[in-house]
Amino acid sequence: MMSTSKSKTIHIRLRVWRQESRDAQGFFEEHELKNVLVDMSFLEMLDVLNEQIIKSGKRPLEYESDCREGICGTCSLMVQGQAHGPIRGATTCQLYMRSFVDGETITIEPWRAKAFPVVRDLVTDRRAFDRIQMAGGYTGAKTGPHADANAILIPKDLADRAMDAAACIGCGACVAACPNASASLFTSAKVTQLALLPQGQADRKRRVIRMVDQMDKEGFGSCSNLQECEAACPKKISIQNIAILKQEYLKAALAADFRAGMGSADGGA
Amino acid sequence: MSIELNPGIPEGPLSQKWDHYKANMKLVNPANKRKYSVIVVGTGLAGASAAASLAELGYQVKSFCTHDSARRAHSIAAQGGINAAKSYPNDGDSVWRLFYDTIKGGDYRAREANVYRLAQNSTSIIDQCVSQGVPFAREYSGELANRSFGGAQVSRTFYARGQTGQQLLLGAYSQLMKEVDKGKVTLFPYREMLDVVMVDGKARGIITRNVTTGEIERHAADAVVLATGGYGRVYFLSTNAMNSNVTAIWRAHRRGALFGNPCYVQIHPTCIPVSGSYQAKLTLMSESLRNDGRVWVPKKKEDCKKDPSTIPDEDRDYYLERKYPSFGNLAPRDIASRAAKEVCDEGRGVGESGLAVYLDFRDAIKRDSEAVIRERYGNLFDMYHEITNENPYRAPMRIYPAVHYTMGGLWVDYSLQTTLPGLFAAGEANFSDHGANRLGASALMQGLSDGYFVLPYTVTNYLGTHAQELLKKVDVSHAAFDSAENEVRAEIDRMLENGKKGKRTVTEIYRDLGKVVWEKIGMARSEQGLKEALAEIEKLQKDFDTDLLLTGDSKLNKNLEMAGRLRDLLELGALMARDALERKESCGGHFRVESQTPDGEAQRDDENFAHVAAWEYKGKGQVPARHQEKLVYENVKLSVRSYK
Repeated sequence: MMSTSKSKTIHIRLRVWRQESRDAQGFFEEHELKNVLVDMSFLEMLDVLNEQIIKSGKRPLEYESDCREGICGTCSLMVQGQAHGPIRGATTCQLYMRSFVDGETITIEPWRAKAFPVVRDLVTDRRAFDRIQMAGGYTGAKTGPHADANAILIPKDLADRAMDAAACIGCGACVAACPNASASLFTSAKVTQLALLPQGQADRKRRVIRMVDQMDKEGFGSCSNLQECEAACPKKISIQNIAILKQEYLKAALAADFRAGMGSADGGA
Repeated sequence: MSIELNPGIPEGPLSQKWDHYKANMKLVNPANKRKYSVIVVGTGLAGASAAASLAELGYQVKSFCTHDSARRAHSIAAQGGINAAKSYPNDGDSVWRLFYDTIKGGDYRAREANVYRLAQNSTSIIDQCVSQGVPFAREYSGELANRSFGGAQVSRTFYARGQTGQQLLLGAYSQLMKEVDKGKVTLFPYREMLDVVMVDGKARGIITRNVTTGEIERHAADAVVLATGGYGRVYFLSTNAMNSNVTAIWRAHRRGALFGNPCYVQIHPTCIPVSGSYQAKLTLMSESLRNDGRVWVPKKKEDCKKDPSTIPDEDRDYYLERKYPSFGNLAPRDIASRAAKEVCDEGRGVGESGLAVYLDFRDAIKRDSEAVIRERYGNLFDMYHEITNENPYRAPMRIYPAVHYTMGGLWVDYSLQTTLPGLFAAGEANFSDHGANRLGASALMQGLSDGYFVLPYTVTNYLGTHAQELLKKVDVSHAAFDSAENEVRAEIDRMLENGKKGKRTVTEIYRDLGKVVWEKIGMARSEQGLKEALAEIEKLQKDFDTDLLLTGDSKLNKNLEMAGRLRDLLELGALMARDALERKESCGGHFRVESQTPDGEAQRDDENFAHVAAWEYKGKGQVPARHQEKLVYENVKLSVRSYK
């Protein structure tokens, strides 16, 4: 029988970031958890901790999660100084206690970036990503009749590369892992997806200029090619996308005919 | 008093009903459109597509979601695909066949006209999504790829790896963000809807709570769309996301919107089995896996704890292939789930708990190679590996049914309007298109059909029809907003105040509710069990009212949000039990043990139950009233649903 080590448990100590509100002073709160099953997920472990906190009459710990299967991008914890913890290509909700050893002290913090202010405890406000998306992360297609889906053939390798980029879940681990808190990987994933596909050509230049401008406006840093983002990305989005982003930006910025029409949201190429 | 339920089905032959509707609908002058505002609650496939499309028409749209971003709605987690009657593979598909498969798959408990429109819209959805840059899987020819799903003998499912929901949602989300950028949509993230505001008999606004600040807010509009998903979280353990809940549609129900077929729940056959009492969430393994995986259990009980690779073929029972030879492993979900329960009840289940069956890729890997299987299902196999710590390329997956989708929801007419004028419900939040069982890859289709291609017409028709009245704007200072807000505030204050004295946490009561609902309103339902469920839920309601332990304040407090949702889920659980009790037949996902054929299949009773049950709320602790909408089949002959 390939049963897992069902009865295996560990004892752990936790240092958890608590912060009442955006402008309040935060601090680490210490907890101890005994008999933690190693087959438990990291978030289930926090659920157990919270029951313990509530039963002691204190304010529960705030942390976010939703789908708990690695696709919604809601969960967002720095675990032992790593965005989404020590497992590569996984979100916090896909982290299991079997990744930790008996007696380990685990430090849990929120994403730390100027553009992602703390709302409370481990919850950060990542709406800056929405505003980058808003600045051009779409094709402009309206609801209505369109050409038959097979009218434009898209080579399989192109569709696959677009899908690789489109797999981004918008969790913000790239920003959290980057010493500059750059959102380049996030932005580049959307720019690349749409630059590769025929449907994205019409606003291609306007898109990249506006999205990069918005990224800067939000207070995200620049990319210095440190590759931390790629290492932290739960969907293994490649930094090749950032190279494409830079190329796209340069091409668009040099297109003088285009710059002139950048004024309003409805203007442009 | 009985409520007249008029489905408002347009005249004419089935294939022309939707055209007839569009030809006769009221329009709104382009210059007048900006004078109307529409509230859309929820930003999943139905909500995001509706909000974007309505804004494109020129209405002012306010879009609400509980998350930080519209992109996190639970549609994002749909894995396998979306159906459409494109018939690209030339394998005999058509709008009629998709319609027929859906009606039959729903065990003849859905409205013909709605389902036909859904099948008609399906082809436009694929064109729409491709135009947004959705990277669907493609062949080397550059054409779109298709695969098969349960309950169909054609390949009509379009997909983007195992992340189809994600890609479709990001498509709809991007279109929504385009309209935000243009100033046509205003986003209200971090909001949960806590009431619908009715003025002079029409829905004119909502009350929300900002979950980060605790502020209670009023929002007025000329029509309200609820696209807030299903209520599978009543089972506590389900494949639904942690934040999925019934509150928005339940509060509308409390205000008078009838609730259709609450007992119709889809229990998905292929989920990772429950492993411990600490679990809060179950994980689905996409139905697409059944294209290549074979489902089996040992023939002999004594083999159940053995290493499966040592069990020879002659000792394996590929029970779906045995019982349903023409559909085999692609039998519909309700049937596959019941079959799994049956073999486990016989003592032939595998794994620690004995509550699991094998989903085996050995033969597919031998036939097509590991690389091909990895290409098709890599992310699902990885997910399985992460969760169970077992390698599904080497050993078969162990799976068991889990709650996945709810076919029931707010009763709506053909225009997706609830029984409250001006209040519409779309996607999983309504009851409309799937009857008593939904086919795989049809939820995405329905959500997008409702949002892109139905509501833009039907909301327009509503606004155009009531223009005179709606152009007299209602302000949030109206007394109806006062009273709705006061009720919401009082309820939150009461929970926080009572919560200081009690001993049982939200999770404890919630888990107990889930256990009752799963055991008694799950895969098999009996009169006795349902009566017990009613009594047990009543007891849990009392616990909630008198013994709830709640800490923290009224600002960001997930536990407080959860408490409010649990309050509604407790009432819903009782309604589900009542609905299941009254529906004495078996149909689709609703299996009454008293109503089965000699070989254990669901036995419908068309004479007495070919209708929608629509429930009217009568107040807390009061017995709700059951109303009926008779289902009229003019095009399809009701027959025994066979997949043999």
